[in-house]
Amino acid sequence: MNPIKTFPKGGVHPEENKLSSDQPIITFEIPKQVIIPLGQCLGAPAEPIVAKGDKVKVGQLIATAKGFISANVHSSVSGTVNKIDEVMDHTGYRKPAIFIDVEGDEWLEGIDTSDTLVKDITLSSEEIVERIKQHGIVGLGGATFPTYVKLMIPKDKKAEYVIINAAECEPYLTCDNRLLLEKPYEFLVGVKVIMKAVNAPKGVVGIEVNKMEAAKKLDEIVKGDKYFEGIEIQPLKTKYPQGGEKQLIKSVTGREVPSGKLPIETGCVVVNVASTFAIYEAVQKNKPLVYRVVTVTGKSVKKPSNFLTRIGTPANMLIEAAGGLPEDTANLINGGPMMGKSVSVTSFPTIKGTSGILMLNEKEAQPREVSNCIRCGKCMQACPMGLEPYLLNRLARQNNFEETEKHNIMDCIECGSCEFTCPANIPLADYIRYGKTKTGQLIRSRNQK
Amino acid sequence: MNQLTISGSPHVHGDLSVKKIMYSVIIALLPALLVAVYYFGWYALRLTIVSVAACMLTEWLIQKYLIKGPLTINDGSAALTGLLLAFNVPANLPVWMVVVGSVVAIGIAKMSFGGLGKNPFNPALVGRVFMLISFPVEMTTWPKAQPIFDAGFFADAVTGPTPLSLLKESGAGTLAKSGDMQFLDMILGNRGGAFGEVCAIALLIGAIYLLITKIIDIWTPLSILLTVFIMTGICYLVDPTQYIAPWYHLVYGGLILGAFFMATDMVTSPMTTPGKIIFGIGIGAITVIIRLWGQYPEGVSFAILIMNAVVPLINKGFKPKRFGVVK
Repeated sequence: MNPIKTFPKGGVHPEENKLSSDQPIITFEIPKQVIIPLGQCLGAPAEPIVAKGDKVKVGQLIATAKGFISANVHSSVSGTVNKIDEVMDHTGYRKPAIFIDVEGDEWLEGIDTSDTLVKDITLSSEEIVERIKQHGIVGLGGATFPTYVKLMIPKDKKAEYVIINAAECEPYLTCDNRLLLEKPYEFLVGVKVIMKAVNAPKGVVGIEVNKMEAAKKLDEIVKGDKYFEGIEIQPLKTKYPQGGEKQLIKSVTGREVPSGKLPIETGCVVVNVASTFAIYEAVQKNKPLVYRVVTVTGKSVKKPSNFLTRIGTPANMLIEAAGGLPEDTANLINGGPMMGKSVSVTSFPTIKGTSGILMLNEKEAQPREVSNCIRCGKCMQACPMGLEPYLLNRLARQNNFEETEKHNIMDCIECGSCEFTCPANIPLADYIRYGKTKTGQLIRSRNQK
Repeated sequence: MNQLTISGSPHVHGDLSVKKIMYSVIIALLPALLVAVYYFGWYALRLTIVSVAACMLTEWLIQKYLIKGPLTINDGSAALTGLLLAFNVPANLPVWMVVVGSVVAIGIAKMSFGGLGKNPFNPALVGRVFMLISFPVEMTTWPKAQPIFDAGFFADAVTGPTPLSLLKESGAGTLAKSGDMQFLDMILGNRGGAFGEVCAIALLIGAIYLLITKIIDIWTPLSILLTVFIMTGICYLVDPTQYIAPWYHLVYGGLILGAFFMATDMVTSPMTTPGKIIFGIGIGAITVIIRLWGQYPEGVSFAILIMNAVVPLINKGFKPKRFGVVK
C-alpha cells in the first residue's frame, strides 16, 4: 500500500467514537408504512407522479427530478400510496412526502435482486451516467448532491482520477467502513463503473488509517485480480475533514481545487463509498436507490448498530432496534456530529443522505459558556481553507457582507473545525453559515443586474 | 420524553476552553513561584497573594457595579494578570504599590477596553510600567536572593544590584571580573531581580509544559530569544570589553519570563506564524536596543508593549495562506 498521506493545512482530530465499527450490517425489517420525502437531494425537490390509492412496487419511480440539480425518487417498498402529505423531516420543517402502506415485498421487473456479483460492464459511458440519473443516485455521504451531474465531464476537461471518499472522517459513523468490509467486490466494481463513466484511467480509494482492516482487504482484492487494475488504495491520516472533497483531492493528488472552481479543474471526480455501492447496484443490477446503510449510534445507546434500511423508514424504529432512545439524550442528529443536522423529533423519515442517526448525551451536548474572543488564532490554524473564521464571524454579525465576500467567506466548506477548536466556544460556524447565505444572495443579485 | 435541543453543527466540541488556557499558564508559572519563595521568602508570597487578589477584586467590582454585566472572575484571566504583575516587581516592594499596579492593570489596561480579549496591551505589563514610572525608586531597589533555609522565611531583604543594572553602571569588563555573577547562579535564580524572573530553569519547565500541551507555540519566544542572541552576539564579537556574551543576555533579566509568558499572551499577539515571528523579532530588537543603549537597564516590558501596538498591523499584513489560490 502507498505511504499515508494527508492534507497539510488545518483540520482537527475529534474523538473518533467509532462504537459500531465491529457491528455487521443488519438488514432492517420493512416497516408497515414508509414516508418518502420529495426533497431528498441538494437542489429542487422531486415532483410526485403517483396519487393516493396507487399500487407501487419496490424500485418504481414515484417522483421525478425537477430541474438540472434534482434527483428521481423511487418507492422503497411495495404497497399502496396512502397519501401525499407534509411531514416533519430531518430539516425540522414540514415538507411534502409520499406515505406508502406496505404490502409484501414485490420488486419491479427487470431489477436483479440476487447476490451474484456482476463484473462485466456492458453499458457505455453515456448509458452509465443516464442510468445513475434515472435511478436517483445522490451523494450519500450527507451532501446529497445528484451524482450524475458530477459525472458529466465538460467537453474541455478530462477526468484523470476517480477518487473514492472512504475517509469517513465524521466521528461515530461506520456505515462506509462496514460496507467496505462486507461488500468489497461490489464496491470495487462500482469504482470501475465510475472510472468507465468518466473515462478516467485511475481510481483511488482514500481511506483513513483508523479503517486499516477494510483498507487491507481492498488492497488484497485489488492486487489479486487483474480486472481491478488502475485502482489504488490510499491510506490517509485520521484527521477531520479528510473527507472534504477539496481536502481529499489535496491529500491524494497534491492538487488544489482553485477557489470558486469545481473539482474537475484538477482532473478529479470524487464519489462517496455508499454512492459507489449504489452506483454498482444501479448500473450492474438495474436497482434504483431504495435502501442504504444507516449507523445508529451514541455513547449512551445500548446497541450501536449498522442497519441496511429502506429509504423512508421512520428513525424511531431504528432507534428502538438499537435499544431505544437513551434517557440522557440531548441532541438527535441526522448524520455525523461535525456536519449533521440536529432534529427535534424522533419520527423523522430516513432519507438517502441519512448516513447516521446519532444520539448525543447530555454530557457531550452540554451548552458551553461563551466568552469573548481571545484572539488566540486557533480557528485560523484549524481552518482547512485558510480563512479567518474569527473575522468572518465578526463581519457576519455586523451584516457587513461586502467585507465577508472580500474575506472569501464563499470558500468556507462549513466543516465546523473552527467552532470545534474555539476555546471561547463562539458559535463561529453558525454565524459564518449565515454570512455565507447572505453573501451568496448579494453576489447573485449583483450578477443579475 | 427527552427534551431534544436544536443546534447548528458542529455538535461536539474540543476540550480547549479559555479557562483551561488561563489555568494552564498559571500552573506553568508555579515552579517559578516556588523558587521565588525559596529565595525571597514571605515577601514574594505576600506580594503574589495581594496582587492576584487585587486584580480579581478589581475585575469583580468593575463587572458588578460599573458594567453590571456577567461576572467572569472565575475564568482565570484576572488571576493570571495578578500573578504576572507580581512576578515583575522586586520582592521588597511596599504592598500598597502592587495594589495600585493591579488596579491600573485590570481597571485601565483591561476593563476600560471591554474586558477579556479586547485589550490591545498586555495588562500586567501596563501595570508594571505604570509602577516603574510612578515609583521609580521602589521599583528599582532589588533585594538579594537569600535562600529561606539560610536566612529564614521572614528575613528582611538585603538590597543589591541586578546583573543588568550592574552591567549598565560598571560595564562588561567589571562584571566579568567581579565573579559574583556566575552563569549557573543566573539560571538557578540565585540573583537579584524581579522575583518571578530570576530562575530560568523553573520558567523553562513551565514553558515546556505549555508547549507540550499546545497552549502556546514556539514561534514568538523562539524568535525573541534568537534575535536577542544574534544582536548581542554581534556586539560581543565587535567589542567584548564593552559588551557581555550573548548567553548572559538570555538569562540576566526578564527575557525568559517575557518571551514565554507575556509575549505569548494570545489577546495581544499576532495570530499567524509569520506574524508571530515578526512580532518576536521586533520584541527582541527593541529589548537589545534598550538594554545596550537605553536609559533603563532592562527593556523587555517596553519592547513587548511597543510591539503590542503593532499587532493589528501585523494581523492585517500576515494573513493565512488560502486554499486553492496560486500566486
